[in-house]
Amino acid sequence: MSLVLIAQLGLVVFVFTALLLAAAAMVYAERKVAAAFQQRLGPYLVGPRGLLQPFADVAKLLLKEELRPRGADAFVFMLAPVISATAAFAAFAVVPFGAETTLFGLLDEPIMLQVADVNVAILVVFAIASMSVYGIVLAGWSSNSKYSLLGALRSASQMISYELSYGLALASVLVLAGSLSLREIVDQQAGSWFHVVPRWFVFLQPLGFLIYMIAGVAETNRAPFDFPEAEQELVAGYHTEYSSMAFAMFFLAEYINMVTVSAVATDLFLGGWHGPLLPESLGWIWFLLKVAVLLFVYIWLRWTLPRYRYDQLMRFGWKVLLPLAALNLVVTAAGMVYFGL
Amino acid sequence: MGSELLLFYAFAALAVGAALLVIGQRNPMHSVLLLIASFAGLAGLYVLLDAPFAAVIQIIIYAGAILVLFLFVVMLLNAGRKEAPEGLARPTTPHGPRQAGAALAFVLALELVWALWRFGQPPVPAGVDRQPAAIVSSVRVIGRTLFTDYAFAFEVTSVLILVAMVGAVVLAKRKVS
Repeated sequence: MSLVLIAQLGLVVFVFTALLLAAAAMVYAERKVAAAFQQRLGPYLVGPRGLLQPFADVAKLLLKEELRPRGADAFVFMLAPVISATAAFAAFAVVPFGAETTLFGLLDEPIMLQVADVNVAILVVFAIASMSVYGIVLAGWSSNSKYSLLGALRSASQMISYELSYGLALASVLVLAGSLSLREIVDQQAGSWFHVVPRWFVFLQPLGFLIYMIAGVAETNRAPFDFPEAEQELVAGYHTEYSSMAFAMFFLAEYINMVTVSAVATDLFLGGWHGPLLPESLGWIWFLLKVAVLLFVYIWLRWTLPRYRYDQLMRFGWKVLLPLAALNLVVTAAGMVYFGL
Repeated sequence: MGSELLLFYAFAALAVGAALLVIGQRNPMHSVLLLIASFAGLAGLYVLLDAPFAAVIQIIIYAGAILVLFLFVVMLLNAGRKEAPEGLARPTTPHGPRQAGAALAFVLALELVWALWRFGQPPVPAGVDRQPAAIVSSVRVIGRTLFTDYAFAFEVTSVLILVAMVGAVVLAKRKVS
């Protein structure tokens, strides 16, 4: 086997492990940040500063008993969390997170920091996001429980509604970049205007970025759009009946989806791995920083905003966000034609 | 055997096998799931045909959007397991649907015979210039063809969908009042 092939296989393993660790880090960050927001300490007993808390949580979940309600559809009940987790991992495969690298001169020819360079990468992300609905809907249906079913129905209608705005926000960037490849889109954002403002698409598409982030929060079922698991109304929503590792897989999927949404936002709007000061080969540090900032915004939103009412969510999605996203697309396209780009 | 051929048979087996299983299920929910699997197999075949755009669109539109609606309909109608009534070996179907089904099967068989008869003849009529698959499947080319050569069919389809939507709304409204 050639070194490049080994490096690429290593990259697959690396991305998989990194996503798992990112989810663990997010769980820890979420609890610590929440604690800071509420003037508490947060986890501090397990390991130095509570750093090993996520691993203790995983061990606890693994040791719990696996329960399945009577009358549940056994096969679909087991399949649902697998679909959720698989979709979450698969989406990241097409996300580039750094410039070409030779791993500090170890390899003869450079490899890309991306598992699969697909020329329709954006659409793949979108397609996998639309598949992740199934995990939730099937979980709710197969549980044979009213809370699960209600949570799943809410989640599905919410995700379908916001997917439209999400897609239109993506389309605006596509029109601007004239490419479906995430790598090409990132490369178009290199450099800066007047040596001051970085050439990021967020400055050309401020509305598109906002719509993307709002729809992204709704897509990942996070507060203030966490209706599928609104405790006061639905116990725990679609995963009410899940326990042990099956529950952990839904949990994992939610956190990995947040990482993916943030990573795609970084690639589309924030210039990916391009940034000042650092050389191109260390661009992934910029990438990590930007993703971390977006993830912090996720947590920030959750502990700041109360949950909306369900009809407000639907009205906002269809009557505000969708028209705005369509307008943004039309204005972008008109601008492109007007300036002859 | 090349890996591409191996993948072709794997995807083809998935698409055909899942499609066959769709009609063999008692539980409509499982049928929908198998249909998704079948569409995934089709998407894999598109990738092998060097048409990633068609593959992704297949997933987004069919597996992602249309089948979610199917799933909703099955869930909301609460179409459960079709159990055989007491004393009967299997549920009987009324004559009307049976005859309609037979007629449809006959039409499908004719179509299949016609398609097989055409097999071996060039798929593209002479005079139409052939382009490599990679060019035909590019988004730009598809978009341009769709809005110039096939603009009429495209617009008619959208009107058709609009009619279906209006029809659904009218039917749903009547039920409420």
